[in-house]
Amino acid sequence: MTDPAINAPSGATSAGAASPAAPVAEAPVQARATPRNQWWDVWDQFRTHRGALLGLACFLLIVVMVVLGPLLWRLDATFIDIRAKNTRHIVACFGLDWGAIISCFLNPAEAEGLKVSWAHPLGTDQLGRDILARMISGGQVSLAVGMTAMALALIVGTGIGVLAGYFKRLDGLLMRFTDLFLALPLLPLLLVIIMLFRDPLRAAFGPAEGIFILIVFVIGITSWMQTARIVRGDVLALKEREFVLAARSIGTPSRRMVTRHILPNVMSPIMVSATLGIANAIITESALSFLGLGFPSDFPTWGRLLFDGTDYLQQYPERVVWPGVFISLAVLSVNYIGDGLRDALDPRIRGR
Amino acid sequence: MLNFTIRRLLLSVPVLVIISFVIFMLLELAPGDPMANVPLTVPPEVKEKMREALGLGEPWHIRFVKWLIQFFVVEPQVLFDHVFGTGFAEDKLRVISWQTRSPVMDIVVQRIPQTLWVVGMSYVIGVLIALPIGVISAYKQYSIFDQIGTFVSMIGFSVPTFFSGVLLIVIFSVNLGWFPSIYDTTHKVNDWSSFVFQMKQMIMPVSVLALYNAAQISRFMRASMLDNLNQDYVRTARAKGMTEKVVVLVHVLRNSMIPVVTVIALGVPQVFGGAIITEQVFKVNGLGQLLITAIQANDLPMVQTLTFIFAVLIVVFNLVADVLYGVLDPRIRYD
Repeated sequence: MTDPAINAPSGATSAGAASPAAPVAEAPVQARATPRNQWWDVWDQFRTHRGALLGLACFLLIVVMVVLGPLLWRLDATFIDIRAKNTRHIVACFGLDWGAIISCFLNPAEAEGLKVSWAHPLGTDQLGRDILARMISGGQVSLAVGMTAMALALIVGTGIGVLAGYFKRLDGLLMRFTDLFLALPLLPLLLVIIMLFRDPLRAAFGPAEGIFILIVFVIGITSWMQTARIVRGDVLALKEREFVLAARSIGTPSRRMVTRHILPNVMSPIMVSATLGIANAIITESALSFLGLGFPSDFPTWGRLLFDGTDYLQQYPERVVWPGVFISLAVLSVNYIGDGLRDALDPRIRGR
Repeated sequence: MLNFTIRRLLLSVPVLVIISFVIFMLLELAPGDPMANVPLTVPPEVKEKMREALGLGEPWHIRFVKWLIQFFVVEPQVLFDHVFGTGFAEDKLRVISWQTRSPVMDIVVQRIPQTLWVVGMSYVIGVLIALPIGVISAYKQYSIFDQIGTFVSMIGFSVPTFFSGVLLIVIFSVNLGWFPSIYDTTHKVNDWSSFVFQMKQMIMPVSVLALYNAAQISRFMRASMLDNLNQDYVRTARAKGMTEKVVVLVHVLRNSMIPVVTVIALGVPQVFGGAIITEQVFKVNGLGQLLITAIQANDLPMVQTLTFIFAVLIVVFNLVADVLYGVLDPRIRYD
């Protein structure tokens, strides 16, 4: 909060809350020099939420790592180097005697009773595929699934929410439809759908693309309901406002009413559900992969790597820990971003 | 209130029928043949007979109605016979699993205790942990306790159960060797040492699920308490000279519990769904594991029945939540 333009009204509101001296609060607001985009206010509020800022940094770091990773780490995720199979990750050096740790890090090839190598810092799997490369390409798939499924859920949810809120005739029908979806047991249904439609889609679009389309579609189509409900509620409230009446009185057609006046004003709940949607989609995708009904093993995702790792839990716990840590970190940071956004977009809290 | 309950009960019947229809059609439309695993040497006419024996020969609407009758008429009759020793359901066809050729509901009944023990226990423990944490961290907002509490609940909420479960196995079973990593459902409790063993094998699955549930509920509890703590009636109660304990634990807590109770009720069916993963991690052979094995074995009657049972749970607990809301909050009476 370095900007005086922001500090002034915030000081005023706190003064107003302490004593009902309202006239004092008017003056500094007029002193505001240039009008500011409201998103700067949102950003200023967002910055004060330490967890959210940290979450944003962490999430961006993960995204950058996953996107730029293949440029820096050139090993192929599917390249099989059978001689290097079952290499431990480099952190395993800490398991050695005190004296041996440093030499293990400097010259891992000569470490006693431990197969570690800087060529594979996170180790390799039972076929000798490099786990770091698999983590990078798995992250690409996991994040891509998360974002695409979130986008799909948002489009469906916002569409249904706006239609139900704006057009009274559709409201009852669409909301019963939403209720019906909320009453479906989602995880069992997801499993059933994937089991049933996996093979035809893989045959139609190719092994990786088919399952990607299926999983994105299935996650998107089962997670739009909360967004639809929230958006509908907001649209219903917006419809009673004067500016909507004014816009209607000059003859704005419904289509432009929705795109120009309604949608921009429901952006904040949509953004919050977007962040929560990413988290939800990442978790669901990994859960499906973990249950063995997600991506096949040669197209790794974080969930799939975790699932593959559980078979070697006793000897190589790191194969479970690394993907798990990254799933949790991604979800945790996205959830913190969502928390911060919710606070920042709430006009009752902003400027306090 | 009674009117509302009856109306909602009646309304949930078509909802359930639609849901069962959706599930049925989904399985119906799906490509995939239950005869796919039969050897190719079996002649086609024998295969056709095998299909008919599975009840697949008839058109879908007849099979749907038959399934409805089996599920809603025959199975309750079987239950009735079982309880009262009558003979209504004798030689009536029940929903038969393709895997085991035994009635689906018998298997479900066998599996329910494991799920209820592990999942039910963890939900109860989760709620018991969450409520005090939510109350304290709202009352002392921004204190260290609150900071730690919200952080832990954020972690519990974000770390998926299939990772926290596996992590617990790595730490406590593999490295420390304190608890068994596989839940032994054949274990019987008959003396102190077997009771200790039962406790040991339950600790990990229960704590994984309890952490997850507690994280969600404590967030709700905290938010709800915070909403109420700034209300005028709290100031009035303090101004009347009531002790802080009475103000918080009687006035505020009771009002904040209203939304939380409904959230707890709404969470019960989700727990059964979420237990699918935890049961898979710890190899508990409960309902979730039954569903997974049925899916993998293409056992459609089993999948259909189990999914429908989950749907019934959701509808029932939605109804319970709505009714509870009306009972607890006199301002909402729906009439």
